[in-house]
Amino acid sequence: MAHSENLTPEEAHKANVRRIWTVTGILAGVTALEFLLAFTMPAGIARNMIFVIMTFIKAFYIVAEFMHLRHEVKVLIWSIVLPCAFVVWLVIALLVEGSSIFAK
Amino acid sequence: MSSVTVPKKRSIWDGGVSPMNVSYGKMMMWFFLLSDAFTFSGLLITYGMLRYAHPAYEGDPDNFTFSTEYWPIPEKVYAAVPFLEGVHLPLVFVGIMTFILILSSVTMVLAVEAGHRMDQKDVEKWMLWTILGGIAFLSCQAWEWTHFIHGEPPGTRMPDGTIFMGANLVQNQYGPPAFADLFFFITGFHGFHVFSGVMLNIIIFYQVATGVMQRRGHYEMVEKVGLYWHFVDLVWVFVFTFFYLV
Repeated sequence: MAHSENLTPEEAHKANVRRIWTVTGILAGVTALEFLLAFTMPAGIARNMIFVIMTFIKAFYIVAEFMHLRHEVKVLIWSIVLPCAFVVWLVIALLVEGSSIFAK
Repeated sequence: MSSVTVPKKRSIWDGGVSPMNVSYGKMMMWFFLLSDAFTFSGLLITYGMLRYAHPAYEGDPDNFTFSTEYWPIPEKVYAAVPFLEGVHLPLVFVGIMTFILILSSVTMVLAVEAGHRMDQKDVEKWMLWTILGGIAFLSCQAWEWTHFIHGEPPGTRMPDGTIFMGANLVQNQYGPPAFADLFFFITGFHGFHVFSGVMLNIIIFYQVATGVMQRRGHYEMVEKVGLYWHFVDLVWVFVFTFFYLV
């Protein structure tokens, strides 16, 4: 997990633990912000878009840092991310098509 | 024709090396999680599709009442907290559950970090916290399900004219039947993943505590169950947004 070669094991340990708690702070902060918006912002497309963007920010930090994907080789990163990108495409396609199926 | 050996530039895909630079088990865990992500995507896409197939509530959110005629506003449904019966606290309990799961993900990554240092005592400590977090989350979910199934007074008038309180797969007081069905299927499927994760964590914790990993010389099994555990947290991030917030 040590990302720098010049650190002693003790320093690397400290740096890793600090990194973990930084990511924790980001995840907790984004979630707290979502709560704030849920009660202060009127419901609608704008608020939903903000929620979706915040969800992807949290997903990025969990996958990249907690699951360590950011530090894997490129081939592995792309074999995981690319299929997921196609799923996002599918979601958008189905929402667009779905709204025309159920249009009144 | 004589065979001539032409020195050819070897690629990493020609064998002998691991192109993805991870062990077989870890790579398979990644691809299993990818397939699991497809399953959860399917469930959440179904939620979106069915939700937009039902009319939305049009009036002022402050005057919202439950009806089988339209899709409910989620935060009006999930507004109960244990020991505070009757108090309207939208999303508070599900917020507590979210923080429990995020924190258990943090203790898991700390266990993985301790494993890299071959620190058995630290791995044990952090895995135990992770297991406790998982059990706490499942207990919260059990309470949430119980409350959802039993409902709250006064109940809602069903299309056949009767008053119904609570929810099952056929009818529910909160809205169209599909709303409760999706609640049971999506949070149930996620809860089952959490349950499996707790079981896997307990098995690995037992092996760590009996020194199996220390003798093996590495803690990679902790990393593998860690990947699974983070994925469970990741799914909850999406369920939280699309089921409770939007």
